[in-house]
This record gives sequence, structure tokens and C-alpha cells, in this order.
Amino acid sequence: MQGTERDLNYKETELCLGLPGGGGGGGGENEVESSPKTTGKRGFSETVDLKLNLQSKEAGMDLNQNLETCSKQTACTKDPSKPPAKAQVLGWPPVRSYRKNIMANQKNSSEECEKAAFVKVSMDGAPYLRKVDLKMYNSYQKLSDALAKMFSSFTMGNYGSQGMIDFMNESKLMDLLNSSDYVPTYEDKDGDWMLVGDVPWEMFVESCKRLRIMKGSEAIGLAPRAMEKCKSRA
Amino acid sequence: MSEDDERQQSPPSDLDFVSTKARNCNATGSGSAYPDQVLNNVLENVLHFLTSKRDRNAASLVCKSWYRVEALTRSELLIGNCYAVSPARVTARFARVRALHLKGKPRFADFNLMPPDWGAHFNPWALAMAKAYPWLEKVHLKRMSVTDDDLVTLAELFLGFKELSLVCCDGFGTGGLAIFVNKCRQLKVLDLIDSEVTDDDTDWISCFPEGESHLESLIFDCVECHVNFEALERLVARSPSLKKLRLNRYVSIEQLYRLMIRAPQLTHLGTGSFSPSEIAGQGDQEPDYVNAFAACKSLVCLSGFREIIPDYLPAIYPVCANLTSLNFSYANITAEQLKPIISKCHKLEVFWVLDSICDEGLQAVAVTCKELRELRVFPVDAREDSDGLVSDVGLRAISEGCRKLQSILYFCQQMTNAAVIAMSKNCPDLVVFRLCIMGRRRADHVTGEPMDDGFGAIVMNCKKLTRLAVSGLLTDKAFDYIGRHGKLIRTLSVAFAGDSDIGLKYVLEGCPQLQKLEIRDSPFGDAALRSGLHHYYNMRFLWMSSCSLTRHGCQEIAHAMPHLVVEVIRSADEEEMDTAAEILYMYRSLEGPRTDVPKFVTIL
Repeated sequence: MQGTERDLNYKETELCLGLPGGGGGGGGENEVESSPKTTGKRGFSETVDLKLNLQSKEAGMDLNQNLETCSKQTACTKDPSKPPAKAQVLGWPPVRSYRKNIMANQKNSSEECEKAAFVKVSMDGAPYLRKVDLKMYNSYQKLSDALAKMFSSFTMGNYGSQGMIDFMNESKLMDLLNSSDYVPTYEDKDGDWMLVGDVPWEMFVESCKRLRIMKGSEAIGLAPRAMEKCKSRA
Repeated sequence: MSEDDERQQSPPSDLDFVSTKARNCNATGSGSAYPDQVLNNVLENVLHFLTSKRDRNAASLVCKSWYRVEALTRSELLIGNCYAVSPARVTARFARVRALHLKGKPRFADFNLMPPDWGAHFNPWALAMAKAYPWLEKVHLKRMSVTDDDLVTLAELFLGFKELSLVCCDGFGTGGLAIFVNKCRQLKVLDLIDSEVTDDDTDWISCFPEGESHLESLIFDCVECHVNFEALERLVARSPSLKKLRLNRYVSIEQLYRLMIRAPQLTHLGTGSFSPSEIAGQGDQEPDYVNAFAACKSLVCLSGFREIIPDYLPAIYPVCANLTSLNFSYANITAEQLKPIISKCHKLEVFWVLDSICDEGLQAVAVTCKELRELRVFPVDAREDSDGLVSDVGLRAISEGCRKLQSILYFCQQMTNAAVIAMSKNCPDLVVFRLCIMGRRRADHVTGEPMDDGFGAIVMNCKKLTRLAVSGLLTDKAFDYIGRHGKLIRTLSVAFAGDSDIGLKYVLEGCPQLQKLEIRDSPFGDAALRSGLHHYYNMRFLWMSSCSLTRHGCQEIAHAMPHLVVEVIRSADEEEMDTAAEILYMYRSLEGPRTDVPKFVTIL
């Protein structure tokens, strides 16, 4: 059934942070669990069956409504990798559109069901702090662009093809830090100040508590510790 | 005759004749003998004290004299259907109205089941009131279309205007609001609730007049546009009587702080977004939110949390112990985030929340909130096939913990008869029971049976029940139960339920107090419609959409009942020649067919 296929695709393409098999509400293995999702699918096929069986006037009206709804109803998510949810019956469930819209907007602005990741950003010499929501970006490059817009004298250094600093290459690192370019640093969960770019992006979002943009020369003191930590992680 | 006349069996026996003072009463018409005049004066003095509209309706039926005097002394008008009676008739009967409550569209219009521009215009009322009651102080509208011009009328033609409350209304914008707030110098209450307000790019908050304001209540959480915060702050600072303030989501938590420290006398607060704005001022220090809440010693009602960052929730701890009403229905929080809050809310009577708290969150509510009267659980994801976050488990937990429950609205994906039966036994005080199983026609997920027995138990055991909304898989048996036992039911909502005409017949024949009946997508036809002929004049309205009605059947009703207005409504793009009646909306009226019908409505 087309709908069921759609459901499967939904699960597979669902973006989810977290360990597989753990929380995060996703994973393609759910079909075998007796979870609410299973019930949901049963509900759907039940509905489809009813639609096909009804020959009375009611069916005509139902289908008409659904056809209208297909064109009128927007998909509940903006993520292009997810196919649109099953077409909903007009005015059902009976939740006012005002409320439906608010919840849909909230969902879109914070990825999946996870809250935003606001961190304070300070730049040495700038009078104001800013706040950014790290979840709004999906790479160091995007973050760098955003920071450059906020602090016009900040330009990102050499971040390599994957956007990460190559900590293994000491000389490259020292070049970066010796220059007068500003370098972004961050305070991680342990309270240590690290150079931005030392871990994959998702890990960075999880562990970053605040950002500080400082002169490369000042950041030199961080480097050895950063390298140590990096090595111990690898 | 007032639209809200209900047949009262007993005359008003509770009138105490108090000692009298002769009072000027020039509207009763004179030329009558002196004793009559005295009697009228006495009557007027006494009837002046009657506030309940039911008592007043009864009093007005006693005799002509009482009718006239009651009409003189009624100061608050409640009109449940704006088309049941005309402004002219109202102003002709009632002489000294100070407050008007008016309701327009039927409730199913909220769910896009009614094409836009159906009607319920406030304009003719505004103009009639302006002529007849220039001293009018309060207007409360629900589901009406209000234009900017109407707002201007209210502001300009009613000199002492004090209270405006617009619930689920539309048709106006910030431009109209600006003029309204500017010209209403005595304004005490401006409550905009769940209304659609157009953004005319007007800074209406700045338009409140300078100097001390009389504002007691300012509710604008539904206004979806930026407000001038500095102007708002100044307004709050010069409103010493302000008790109720509900901000929209464009107010950040830092701004909320600034307002709270200026208004610690607030009793009702809507917090706005409850998250920080993107730009933070210099310095690391965040305002002391906990202190701000602690300073609001009179706070009993908290809502808002439109874009909540749960990290800030602990700020509200100081007020939890005093809260009687908490609205988290826009806050997508988990059970873990809820628990530390709810465990402090011992006095809570009204709780609105999202199903994101899951059954576990509801269990936490049940443990602490022993005074709970009203619970509403809304779905984060309002679709048929979304994940079920709450279930029969949560419902049962609530029923066991919150024995004083009077009103419940519960959205879920799956339910069992057993849980509903448990609630019917544990919560005998239930007056409102609205269960929405979002999957249409879904059976008891444990037994596979229809949900008949669950709802049956509710109508049997909850003897005070006046409002019921049913869902899930239901056969005609459920309606048999309702007709047999739901003797006090006034409002009934039915969707995707029943097997045949007899279902509706049970209800129409069995429920003598039925006032409002709204049905969609259920297999009830013309024969069922006929079985209600004896009762339709006692009802405010009947709504049936996507059922099995024909125009012919509706026509029969229209012919049989001249004081019913029978509207057949098409969705805007349908053709007229259809034999099926897509939407039937019928209501009693003293006026006959209304004159402002749009093209897609046919009055039979």
C-alpha cells in the first residue's frame, strides 16, 4: 500500500541524533516493536479500507474532501528528504488551525523534537555579546559565515576541506595561530577552552557551551592542551 | 421574546420582596393609576437584583407587566446566536443594556468546515447599539466578524466604553486596534483571545493615550506581529490597576522580566516566548528571573511559554504553590521537565498541557494536583497517524488521582473502554467529557471492541454531565446509552460515529436538554432528521456535515418548522444542483431568513 511504503521511507530518512537503537524516536527497526507507531499504521490502513468499502454518499463526500485536502493541506514538515505525510481529512482532528500552525512552526524551528542550542558568542574588542543557535547551522562553514556577518572584522582561518583543523599537522596549526587572524574558540562541557574545529560538527554542537573569538596569537596557549585532548580522544 | 428563552416549569419563587424606595421610572409608560405606578417601581427595584438570565427569562413570562419591567432592568444581554434575533428587536425590548455578549459562527467553523465569509457580522449590532445604548460599557464577542470600522464605532460612539473581549473573531487588524485604544479613554479590558488579527504594520501599543491608564486586563497573545516593547513597558508602568497581562510570542524573556518588575501586582500572566532574544546585552549576567516571579505574590494564573527554552522553567518555582491555573499547551516539554514544576502545584485547578509529557507526565499530575477541576491535553502533532504520546494509561492515572475533576478534553491515539469506565466511576462530578481519539473509528486497542461501553458508562455514572464529545469506533448502541442516560446533556459533538439513522433518533428523542448538536461524517439521514421535529425549537442549533442528508429532507424540516432557519451550505466551489446536503446548519430564529447570505448558502 502506498501509504505504508511512505511510512517506511519516513523512518529510514528520518534524521536523528543519538546512538542507534537508543532514544531519538527513530530507527528503521520499529516495525517489529509493538510501539504506538505500529498502531498508527494499522489505523491508517483501517481508514483506507473504510474509504474503499464505503459506497454510500458518505464515501463520495469523504473522498471529495480528501481530494480537496490533498491539494490544500501543506506537508507537516519542510524537510525535503521526507515524503509528505498522509493526506489528512479536512478539520480532523478538531484542533484549531491557530494551534496547529503554532506547533508546526515550533517543530520546524527546532530540529525534530530537540530544543535549540543557544550559546553566547563574544569577540575580543567587540562591545556586545551575541547569541547563536548552533542548531541553525549544519557545518563549520555555515557557522563561520554567520559569525562573519555578526562580527565584521572576523574572518575565518584555514579550515581545510572538511572544515576541521588538522591538529595532527603541528606546523599548519602554528601558522594559523601565529597570524593576526581571529580564531574562534569554545568552552566545552568540561569547562576547557578548545579551538573550534577539532571535532565533527555534531559533536561540537553537543559539547559547546559558549564561543569566544580571540586573536590567533592569544590562542596559542590553548593549542597544546587542545592537541592533547584531541589525541586522547582519537 | 428573548432568544435565550427556555421553557421554565416553575415560576420564580425565589424573589424576596425587599423594602422599597420609590424610584423614578419613566419608561414604563404612565397614565396608569397611582397604585400601578408604585407596583411597577417596586417590581423594578426587585428585578434589578436578578442577575441570572434564567431567572430573568422566567420573570418575564409571568405577565405583561413583569415582562416590561424585566426588560427595563436587564443590563446584561447574552445572545447565543446572533441570527436568532435582530438588533432592532433587541433594542426595542430592552431599554438599558450595559453589557452585550454575542456569539456568531458555530464551533465547527473553527476547524475549517465552514467556508470563509459565511456571516456573523458585528457591524449591524454595533450601529444599532450605538443608537440605542450609548452608555454601553462591555462587549464580548465570540466567533464574529469584526471590522476595523466596528472598532472605531465602539471607540467613538460609546463614551464610557470599558471592556472589549474578542474570542475567535476575525476581520480586523492592528490599524483598527490603534484607533480603538487611542479613543477609549476609560478602557479597562482589552482581551484578544484566539482571534485572527491582521498585521497592518501599525504600532497600536503606542496609541494608548498618555497619562495614567485604567487598564486592568490586556490580553494579546494571539496577535502575530511585533509590538513596540518600549511603548509596552511604559504602558505597563502607568497602569497601576493592571492585573491580567498576556503577551505574544514576540516578547522575549528578557523583556518579560522588565515588565514583571514593573507589575508585581499581576494575577494573570502570559509569558510570551519564554526564550531569549538573539541579541544579548553586554555582560554575562542574566536577569534574576526567579526573583521577578517571587515578587509576583498574587500570581494565580500562568500561561504563554510560546517558544520555551526549558532551561528557564525553574524561574517559575516561586509561584507554583499559589497557581490555580497553568497553561502549558504551547510548551513542548517532557515529563522530566514537567515534574519539578507540577510537584509544587498543589492548588492547581485548571491545567492545559501538550501530550509531549506522555502518560508519565500525567501520572505526575495525578500525584500532586488533588484539586484539579479542568484538564486539557492537546496533541503536539495533530494528525491521525502521529505517534500516540498519551493513552488510556494517562487517563486512568488522572481519574485515580484527580477525583474532583469536572471537565476534561483529551486527545490521544488509542483508548480502552476500561479506562473510560474507570474515569466515569472515579470522577462522578464530571460536567464536561470530551475525548478525541485522533484515529477515526478506532476501536478499544486492547479488546478490539467499539468504544460504546466506555461512553455509556460516562453518561450513566456522571450524573451532572452537560457536555459530551465522542470519538473512536461507535455503533448505534453508544447513542442508545446517551439517549437513555444523558438527560442533562446540552452539547453533544459527534464525528465519524454510528451505524444508522436510529443512532441519531435515540439522541433526539432521549435528550430533553439538548441545545447544541454538532455532527460530522456520520451515517445519519433524512429519517433521523425528522425524528427531532418535536425538539428543534428548544435547541440553539443543529449542525450536520458530510452525513447522509438530502436537500429534500432538509426542505421537509423547513416546511414543518417556520421559525427554524435551515441553511444548506456548500463548500465554495461546489455547484448548486446537488441533491445531497453537504452541510446543514439550522437554528431557531424570530427573524426568518437572514439578509446577508453569501452565494454558497441556500436558505430553504
